[in-house]
Amino acid sequence: MVGVVIVSHSQKVAEGIKEMALQMAAPQQKVVAAGGMADGGIGTDAFKVSEAIISANTGDGVAIMVDLGSAVLSTETAFEFLDDELRANVKIADAPILEGAISAVVEASLGSSLTAVIATAEGARTLNKC
Amino acid sequence: MGGYLYEAISAVGETIISNKQMLTDLDAAIGDGDHGINMARGFEAVKIKMQALETENDIGKILKMVGMTLISSVGGAAGPLYGTAFLRAAAPSQGKTQLDVETIGLMLEAAITGIKERGKATRGEKTMLDALEPAYEAFMEGAKADKSVLACLEAASEAAQQGVEFTKTIVATKGRASYLGERSRGHQDPGATSSYIMLQTLVEFLRR
Repeated sequence: MVGVVIVSHSQKVAEGIKEMALQMAAPQQKVVAAGGMADGGIGTDAFKVSEAIISANTGDGVAIMVDLGSAVLSTETAFEFLDDELRANVKIADAPILEGAISAVVEASLGSSLTAVIATAEGARTLNKC
Repeated sequence: MGGYLYEAISAVGETIISNKQMLTDLDAAIGDGDHGINMARGFEAVKIKMQALETENDIGKILKMVGMTLISSVGGAAGPLYGTAFLRAAAPSQGKTQLDVETIGLMLEAAITGIKERGKATRGEKTMLDALEPAYEAFMEGAKADKSVLACLEAASEAAQQGVEFTKTIVATKGRASYLGERSRGHQDPGATSSYIMLQTLVEFLRR
């Protein structure tokens, strides 16, 4: 099952999105929050992200949901700390972080591939709300 | 040289920390107002980590530690950007205990390439590259003319300062400031400013 990592500048945002996404998840689904800095401040930490990716991976790869700016830079930096095998099996979804995370978790819980999970997450960009 | 580099990095850290408010004010005008806070937090962390390396002579090892620490403690985009720059600069200086003009040129080139790759940015987008690329070019001109490390860095710092001035005239297309579009014109880029401050601190350190 593809793991899902939530990278936000805010620990609360990452934890909150994880909580909402887990409501839709299969029991074994891995969703890991990587929000904020070690000191609790606002920001992203590439080492926290790489640890989250490793703990979210069960062998089928990891989809990563990001919020703004440095979340992308920190995640790409985190990729450099992974071993080659895992690095080839991780991808950032170009999607809104909350809607994308929920879509990704639903797709991943069905046992879909990383490519399918990313595509579904990115489909959340065009979800209409009203 | 290890001790010497230790002091140089400490000097850079102190300058960043003492310019925390200025960098944050620049960022508040066109970004999310955290560049100074983030950079100061990063170099405070470097200061603590550095204590364990006071007797380390391998320049590459020291720079690697600085890069790793910035990546994990800055928090904003500057963390992965400057962190990557220091990590890349650590490669040509690995195992070295002295630096010459040629090695520093390679370090600057590697650092700037790292920033461009990480940020997917080029010159002219109102970023640190607008200070760093002209600085590198000025450094290499000095190197070609067989100038000293200090003279090359002086030229680099002067070019970086002009680069900072140039960022006032252009619109941001990268980072948080790009949300402001045309309204970002007239403001100098905080990242270009922190890059210039670091180079200028090295110059002043070498003049001592």
